[in-house]
Amino acid sequence: MNMHTLVIAEHDNKQLKSATRHTLKAASSLNLPVIVLIAGYQCEAVANEVAKCEGVSQVLLAEHIDYLHQFPENISKLVISLVDGASYVMAPADTFGKQLMPRVAALLDTEQISDVIRIDAPDTFVRPIYAGNALATVKSTAAKKVLTIRSTAFPMIGEQTQSASISHIDVHFPLDRIQFVDLQVSESSRPELGNARVVVSGGRALQNAENFKMIEALADKLGGAVGASRAAVDAGFVPNDYQVGQTGKIVAPELYIAIGISGAIQHLAGMKDSKVVVAINKDPDAPIFQVADYGLVGDLFALLPELMKELG
Amino acid sequence: MKVLVAIKRVIDPYVKIRVKQDHSGVETQNVKMAMNPFDEIAVEEAIRLKEKGLVEEVIVVSIGDKSVQETLRTGLALGADSAIHVETDQLFSSLLIAKILKQMVQKTGSQLIILGKQAIDSDNAQTGSMLAALLEWPLASFASKIMLQGDKCQVTCEVDGGLQTVELTLPAVITTDLRLNTPRYASLPNIMKAKTKPLTVIPFNSFDISPNMDMHTIDVSPPPVRKAGIKVASVQELVEKLRHEAKVLL
Repeated sequence: MNMHTLVIAEHDNKQLKSATRHTLKAASSLNLPVIVLIAGYQCEAVANEVAKCEGVSQVLLAEHIDYLHQFPENISKLVISLVDGASYVMAPADTFGKQLMPRVAALLDTEQISDVIRIDAPDTFVRPIYAGNALATVKSTAAKKVLTIRSTAFPMIGEQTQSASISHIDVHFPLDRIQFVDLQVSESSRPELGNARVVVSGGRALQNAENFKMIEALADKLGGAVGASRAAVDAGFVPNDYQVGQTGKIVAPELYIAIGISGAIQHLAGMKDSKVVVAINKDPDAPIFQVADYGLVGDLFALLPELMKELG
Repeated sequence: MKVLVAIKRVIDPYVKIRVKQDHSGVETQNVKMAMNPFDEIAVEEAIRLKEKGLVEEVIVVSIGDKSVQETLRTGLALGADSAIHVETDQLFSSLLIAKILKQMVQKTGSQLIILGKQAIDSDNAQTGSMLAALLEWPLASFASKIMLQGDKCQVTCEVDGGLQTVELTLPAVITTDLRLNTPRYASLPNIMKAKTKPLTVIPFNSFDISPNMDMHTIDVSPPPVRKAGIKVASVQELVEKLRHEAKVLL
C-alpha cells in the first residue's frame, strides 16, 4: 500500500466521537491519503459517518464481538496487522487513544508522541509538558510515527460530497485475560468536563457542598460542565473527578468561569488555555486575575445570584 | 505474590517551573523534587493490598541518577518492603523505561505492576500501556477502584464520560488515577525504619537494552503568556462584555 496516514476512529459502535473529527483535521494537514480504521461490533453506521469526512480516502471496517468494547489488548494487534504503508498512525489523545496508542508504539518498537497540539513539519511536533507550563518541540526519526492528537488544538474536519469506499477487514484477534464487566455512563446531563464549551468552577470560598450547588446551577444555565479547584475537592465539597488542574483534568473551553478560586499554580495549569477566562473573587490580588480576561472583585454570595438573574 | 510499583522523581507539583534560558529543558537545579503524585497513589494502593493480606511483598523501582534513591526511600517509608534503583544519568523515553521495567518484572517475579497513569513532568501517559504490550499482559488504565481476589482483579477505570469496570486475570498491569485513594504521610518511625530496608542499585549498562531513541526534544519554550485582562465593575458589565465583546454567551 502507498504511503498514507492511518487514523484509528473512536466511537461507541453507534456514533463517531467528535474527538476523531479533530484528529482527522490534524491528519489531513500531513498531505498524505488518510485511511481510517473502525474496529467495533455492528458499527457500520460509524463507517458511513467516517466515509463522509473530508479527506478520508478509505475506511477499514473490522467488526467482531471481541472488538465491541475496543480493548487495546486486541485492537493494538489489529492495528499492527494493518499498519503496512502507514507513515503515521494517529488517534485522539483521550482515554481511548491514551490506552491504545502506547501499545501500538511498543509493538512497533518506536516512541510515541503524545498530545500533539501543533505539527510544524512532517517530522516535527509540538506538545505541552508540565501540564502546559512548557511546550516541547520534538523531532521523530521513526519510519512510522505514532501520535495522539489533542482535540482542543485542531478544528473539526468538514464533510466531503463523494463518500470514501468502505472495506471490510476479516482479521480477528481474540481477547485474552481481560473481560468487560460494566460501563457506568455519567448520569449527569451536563457535558463532559474535558470537552465542554463552557466550564464553571468553584473553589474553597464556596465554604460547603450546599453552597457549591450555586456553581452547578450557573453551569446548567450556561449549558456547561462543573469544575473545582483542588482545595474545594480536598474540603469535600465535590468529588475528585471535578478537579481542574495539573493532577486533575486539563480543560480548554471557550469560556471558563472561576468563582472563589485564588488561582494556585496547580489550578492555572489545568485551565489557562481556555479562550475566555472570567474570575470572580473577593481578593483583588488573587493570582487568578492575572490570567482572567474579565475580573470581577466582590463577594461571590452576592454576585452569583445577581449573575444568575442577569443571564435570565 | 509480589507487587512492583514504578515511581518517578519529578519537580514538586506545587513548584512553578522555569524553562531554561537555552530552551534545552526545564530548570531542575535547586528545585524541590517529589514523588510523582500518581505514583504516590500507586504505592499507597500496593501497601493497602499488603495490609489486607492480599499480597506478600511490595517492591518499588525507580530509574534515574542517584537522587532517585531519596524518592525510593520515601516509598520504603510509606511501607514498601524493598527498593530497586536502576542507575543512569540519561533521560529515557517511555519506551526505554518500559523495556527496563519489563526486565525488572521478570527478575523480581512480580505478578502485578502498579504505576501512575502519567508523570506530571513529561505528561506522556505511555509507560504503563507500553509495559503491558511488551509483557503481553492485560492492563487496566486510570484505575479508581481495585478489587483483588485470587488471580482475578476487578478494576474500575475512569474513561471519558463514565466508569468502566474490567476483570483482569493476573499477571497484569494497572495504572492509577486520582480517585483511587488518598496517600498517607510517612510517620517518623517509618522514615527511620526505611533507612535500613534493602535498596539494590543496578547500573543501566548491565541491561541488554540499546539506549537509542527515535524521538528527540529539540526545543522547550514557555507557553504564550495570557494577556492581562480587565476588571469589570459589575455583573451587568461582565455579562454585556461576554455577550458583545468576547461573544461567548449565546
